[in-house]
Amino acid sequence: MKSKSNITEPFLIRVFLIVIAIGFIGVFVALPVAVIFIEALAKGIGAYFNELNNDNAKAAIKLTVLVAAISVPCNMVFGLAASWAITKFEFFGKRLLITLIDLPFSVSPVIAGLIYVLLLGANSVMGKWLDAHNMQVIFAVPGLVIATIFVTFPFVARELIPLMEEQGTEEEEAAIMLGANGWQTFWNVTLPNIKWGLFYGVLLSNARAMGEFGAVSVISGHIEGVTNTLPLHVESLYNGYNFVGAFAVASLLTVLAVFTLILKMIIEYYYPHEIKAAR
Amino acid sequence: MLTIKLKQPSVIPGFSLTLGFTILYLTLIVLIPLSGLFFKTVTLSWHDFTQTITAPRVMAAYKISFGISFIAALVNVFFGFIVAWVLVRYKIPAKKIIDAMVDLPFALPTAVAGIALSALYSDHGWIGEIFARVGIHLAFNPAGIAIALIFVGIPFVVRTVEPVLHDMDLELEDAAASLGANRWQVFTMVILPHVMPALLTGFAMAFARGLGEYGSVIFIAGNVPMVSEIVPLVIITKLEQYDYAGATAIALTMLIASFILLFIINMLQRWSGGRMLR
Amino acid sequence: MSIQVKGISKQFGETHVLNNINLEVQSGELIALLGPSGSGKTTLLRIIAGMETADSGTIILDGNEAIKKKVGERHVGFVFQHYALFKHMTVFENVAFGLRVRPKDKRLSDAEIRQKVMKLLTLVHLDTFHDRYPSQLSGGQRQRVALARALAVEPTLLLLDEPFGALDAKVRKELRRWMRRLHDDIHITSIFVTHDQEEAMEVSDRVVVMSNGKIEQVGTPGEVYHQPVNSFVYDFLGNYNVFDGWRDEEGNAHLLEYEVKENDVSLVPPVTNKKGWMSRYPEITGLLQKIIPSVVPTPQPLVPQQTKPSPKRTIAGKPVKLFCRPHELFVVKTPDENEYIKATVLHLNPAGPLVKIEMERLSGEGLTAEVPKDVIDRLEIKKGDHIYVRPKNTRLFDE
Repeated sequence: MKSKSNITEPFLIRVFLIVIAIGFIGVFVALPVAVIFIEALAKGIGAYFNELNNDNAKAAIKLTVLVAAISVPCNMVFGLAASWAITKFEFFGKRLLITLIDLPFSVSPVIAGLIYVLLLGANSVMGKWLDAHNMQVIFAVPGLVIATIFVTFPFVARELIPLMEEQGTEEEEAAIMLGANGWQTFWNVTLPNIKWGLFYGVLLSNARAMGEFGAVSVISGHIEGVTNTLPLHVESLYNGYNFVGAFAVASLLTVLAVFTLILKMIIEYYYPHEIKAAR
Repeated sequence: MLTIKLKQPSVIPGFSLTLGFTILYLTLIVLIPLSGLFFKTVTLSWHDFTQTITAPRVMAAYKISFGISFIAALVNVFFGFIVAWVLVRYKIPAKKIIDAMVDLPFALPTAVAGIALSALYSDHGWIGEIFARVGIHLAFNPAGIAIALIFVGIPFVVRTVEPVLHDMDLELEDAAASLGANRWQVFTMVILPHVMPALLTGFAMAFARGLGEYGSVIFIAGNVPMVSEIVPLVIITKLEQYDYAGATAIALTMLIASFILLFIINMLQRWSGGRMLR
Repeated sequence: MSIQVKGISKQFGETHVLNNINLEVQSGELIALLGPSGSGKTTLLRIIAGMETADSGTIILDGNEAIKKKVGERHVGFVFQHYALFKHMTVFENVAFGLRVRPKDKRLSDAEIRQKVMKLLTLVHLDTFHDRYPSQLSGGQRQRVALARALAVEPTLLLLDEPFGALDAKVRKELRRWMRRLHDDIHITSIFVTHDQEEAMEVSDRVVVMSNGKIEQVGTPGEVYHQPVNSFVYDFLGNYNVFDGWRDEEGNAHLLEYEVKENDVSLVPPVTNKKGWMSRYPEITGLLQKIIPSVVPTPQPLVPQQTKPSPKRTIAGKPVKLFCRPHELFVVKTPDENEYIKATVLHLNPAGPLVKIEMERLSGEGLTAEVPKDVIDRLEIKKGDHIYVRPKNTRLFDE
């Protein structure tokens, strides 16, 4: 389908376009990343590590890791179940299901937080029930987890669905004909075929879970040291004019994002067909 | 008798289990909370509802959110197409790195992006400084909002257009050229129509993202009511004032806009052949 | 395993993919399901396998209703058209899979599994490839792995879905021969689906010719080729020529030959599917239509034609269509007292055991004859010559 052609734009136009493309990406993506590290180190390495070592920062790190540690596995299970149901079977309502899965991408994170506040906050039916049982969800960790799950659950599914769709159902059918049951088929046949796609989906889901801001901002209560995740801590430091602190903490999250992308590059290099359908 | 088959029978097991779990998860996480929103809005009288969403501050916020998202998405279409073109068609050094960088706005936490952009474009920032000398201020005003929304929208256009360009048969262009078309004509009459669905889809996705964006915007926006305040911030302000009904009303309008956009995106994807399902 | 297919029907939306299929397969037979795409053959195979369910009818395997058994318990081996090998397992692991997934109480020991697998791999001549991955094998090799994998679980029924469809012609021929030999050794009841009639004829004990969801004929290769029951079977199993003719009261068939008047431009009706004299005499038909419009078929608009000729003899019986195979055409350069059809040689194709002669009749229709090379040489036939042909045998179908 793809053939080589000598017919292309004149040399100057090509150079021009390349310059624009690289310039655009350079200005809009590379520079901000550079700024983060430069500002973080503006007062020297000592100050940098200080900002990362204090109690609030450590609490924020712990909280972020905790929230991710709960939401990511949940989303992974969801992603696997949803993509199995969607790609291995033909059924009525499939498109609707996929649209629902895509929903968090079109909903503002602020609204995501809002709907849980409405549902579980002090004024609601559920909220009153929770209060009576002494359970705190909003303005506490469980609320953060739920809001994070809402925002990040599509990631694994979206990576897996095109991949599994392309791989088809024949290998699974063959396994069943040979006498394997569902779990054996999934474990021995499907999983090896999707492992890199799954891994990347989980990585992405994790990066988003740790970096989510809008939704958790609404739900959190902003209690320093208790309900501040890393992104919220960044905001708090920034608003308190502690720029070095803000950028230092931000740099942690940036390293995570960059690390995620590097891993993706590596996987795409070695296993191009196993990470996403027909990229 | 015509029976509607709900599901094609299959040898593969696990349908009820996986579908059941999926629907349960979606119901708990998405459907019930969203319906909570609708129920809350119902408690508002129609009069209060319209009053809230037509208040001057809110209307101004709508103009800003929708207007600037539109512009940012447009900018992304233009530059995003060029980036996709260069990545697919040309051989350049460090292509893989540039490719990975396109994904960064997707992976980077929004708050981190927010403070970085704010530092970069404020009057003391590397870029802001240059423009400040000629009197152009890029931060703490609508321009800052635009910059932030352009940043978050980059991956949407590039990633939607790239596969279409990649799968495009170069023979179409050769055929047009052999019939006497010059490069510009080939571009406008062969290439552009081919990628148009993808461009529109990317635009719609970037637009939808821009509407709801919060973290990367509030640090650079200035957040002055009536001038540089985005709708998500208005919602949060109302929440902080315990005006739940007001927040809900505004949220509902944004949700409806999101659904309409989602529907449009779905239609566009179906028209152009779809990405998730064949 | 013996199989009885009783009244199987299946619909996909509006299309009837299978329509009341009845079939009996004896234990140990090698059956081909032959037909064009859309005939329903793959669907039937999959229903027998249990991979799809029919809307009505039953499958009886060895006297028991198949529906009562789970797919894995049917002891059916299935070979997919595109092999469906497990990409991430070696050849050995692929073949061993069916043995390894058995529940613990029914599972063989590792050593026994190893022995079995290697034996099978030796059978398919791939023992040295046991630690390769499917991506490192050729198409033919992959197909043999797929076969070995299906055989590993000792099925009593082997089903193959266009097993050689994705392979080159030469590899196909080899594998065909090899499969026939394998079946002669192992004697598993086998059903395979193909659209290649040569393949079906070469390999199977019996052929089931299908079209549009129904079975047209079941028989040995010889039976379906030499005694086809209808024109579909005849057509599908080889090339043929068609002649207009007529059948007299004694039941003898006669050929209809045309003569051409020079510079005669006559108005003739276009060729229709309607048999019978009415379509040949549109002026009468037109008149009758005005009188009894509901009974008479609408005359087709007349088409000017240069040399559509009129019949040399009058028709004295029922018009019929006569069929014969290219090698059943007798070719001479000068006609004798028998009936002959005159034709002009358009093209000679010498590649093959018989020379193919492409001809055009006076009526404009084409004919194909296959004759031995020495006939061509003896009669000195070359392109552009006029020759005379006569079918040695013709076949008539009452339709």
